[in-house]
Amino acid sequence: MNKCSHCGQPATIHFTSLVGTQKHTKYLCEACAREEGITGEIPLAEGGPLNLQTLVAMVLSSQPPQPQTEHLRCEACGMKYVQFRAEGRLGCSHDYDAFAAGLVPLLERVHSDVAHCGKVPRSLRARSELEQLELELHRAVTEERYEDAAALRDQLREKEQQP
Amino acid sequence: MNLDRLLPNLGEWLRGAGPDVDTVVSTRIRLARNLRDFLFNTRANATQKAEIETRVCQAISKAKLNPRLDYISVQELGNLDRLFLVERQLISRELASTQEGPRGVAFDPRESVSVMVNEEDHLRIQVMRSGLALQEAWQEIDQVDDELEMRLSFAFHERFGYLTACPTNVGTGLRASVMLHLPAMGITKELEKLFKSLQKLKLEVRGLYGEGSRASGDLYQISNQVTLGRSEPELLHDMLEIIQNIIAYERKMRQKLLQERKQAEQDRVARAIGTLTNATMITSEETMELLSTVRLGIHLGLLNDLPQTIVNQLFIHSQSAHLQKLVQRALNPEERNTARANYLRDRLRDLGTKR
Repeated sequence: MNKCSHCGQPATIHFTSLVGTQKHTKYLCEACAREEGITGEIPLAEGGPLNLQTLVAMVLSSQPPQPQTEHLRCEACGMKYVQFRAEGRLGCSHDYDAFAAGLVPLLERVHSDVAHCGKVPRSLRARSELEQLELELHRAVTEERYEDAAALRDQLREKEQQP
Repeated sequence: MNLDRLLPNLGEWLRGAGPDVDTVVSTRIRLARNLRDFLFNTRANATQKAEIETRVCQAISKAKLNPRLDYISVQELGNLDRLFLVERQLISRELASTQEGPRGVAFDPRESVSVMVNEEDHLRIQVMRSGLALQEAWQEIDQVDDELEMRLSFAFHERFGYLTACPTNVGTGLRASVMLHLPAMGITKELEKLFKSLQKLKLEVRGLYGEGSRASGDLYQISNQVTLGRSEPELLHDMLEIIQNIIAYERKMRQKLLQERKQAEQDRVARAIGTLTNATMITSEETMELLSTVRLGIHLGLLNDLPQTIVNQLFIHSQSAHLQKLVQRALNPEERNTARANYLRDRLRDLGTKR
């Protein structure tokens, strides 16, 4: 996560201002943003508490059109990024990579973080365990810890033979 | 499947048996999942949706789930049956009316585990528990997810996690919701403060039915907004802490009510019972308000001969679709108000409620 340009705390607000043709970008935490007069607060929807669809729509509409994302299109499903901004929903799994430039700021706004650190599907869990072991084996060899390397190699062989 | 056979049952979330039921009605955890090799339902056509439905149903029937889940096609259901399932929290309004094409829900006889097929995402796995039970619900849904994943390929991205149609669900795909009964906070006007602080904590609050800050029946659903960047146990732990604070606060407010206005509350409860037992026409909004008062009365010890499960039963059976199924015919709104009053009167008189 980015750090506040004033105080170094984690920044939750990405502020872009256009002065003439000059674009200024800065990252701020909530406290410093408030001091600058930038509220960044999402007003409650009329009629009561905020719901998530409204949140997505508001975040999308409050972001200025991002020039580098206007032309984005997913080859797999044909969806255009501008369509996503209008509908609030994606068309297929590949959109996440195709639209990453636009999605990452949105995800930061909604979730405050963009790296998944939760559950991983079992079928992929095994694969990443193998990758992890390979990495450690490589490290052990580089550092000339040959006993460790041998133990890791045996572990790897065992795991590879598992279904 | 004939849905009428569900009528006598309360369904898990209304069982009224879990921890902290004086303030927490139910806990629900939902996981959003999509199949890797298909378009999301925003772009999938009917043929693709049918294929998705077939695959998911096969996985469900082969999975080692106990008890087993039975599938019902929502596409083939009439409006009344769909609303019935919505009222029981087995499907969302989105699945009932907004989505099109092949879709449905699989659930167990206890109505504790359910899997919606072809809602906003291909699968929406859901576990419901009575009272506050976030950890238990997570353990159960984690297993169901594993069982299904062994027979399906879920769309997953190393960086973004489980992929969902809406970015608000991506990552863990987890939405945990706790339904709270907060009448005392409503009476003492503490709700605005609560909503503001929840918003800052990235928790969403929604009235169960109805709009505005004081929800119908004083029932509030609090859910996590964040699904990405924290692990499932972390998300649930954070929520649990906050929920426990809210519970403690509501209980404090209830004690305050007892100390400062016991007689007034007693009177309110008595009048609520009075109206419910005698009205000849009653709207569902008024029923919800009165039942909220009765529920509070029970937990304040002002009503000793009415079990909470009865209140839950009255609550669910006085909902629109349930009522029509009970009397076995369609009713217009005015007829419903009469049927509702008849049902409440009969039920309460059977119980011979003493005051």
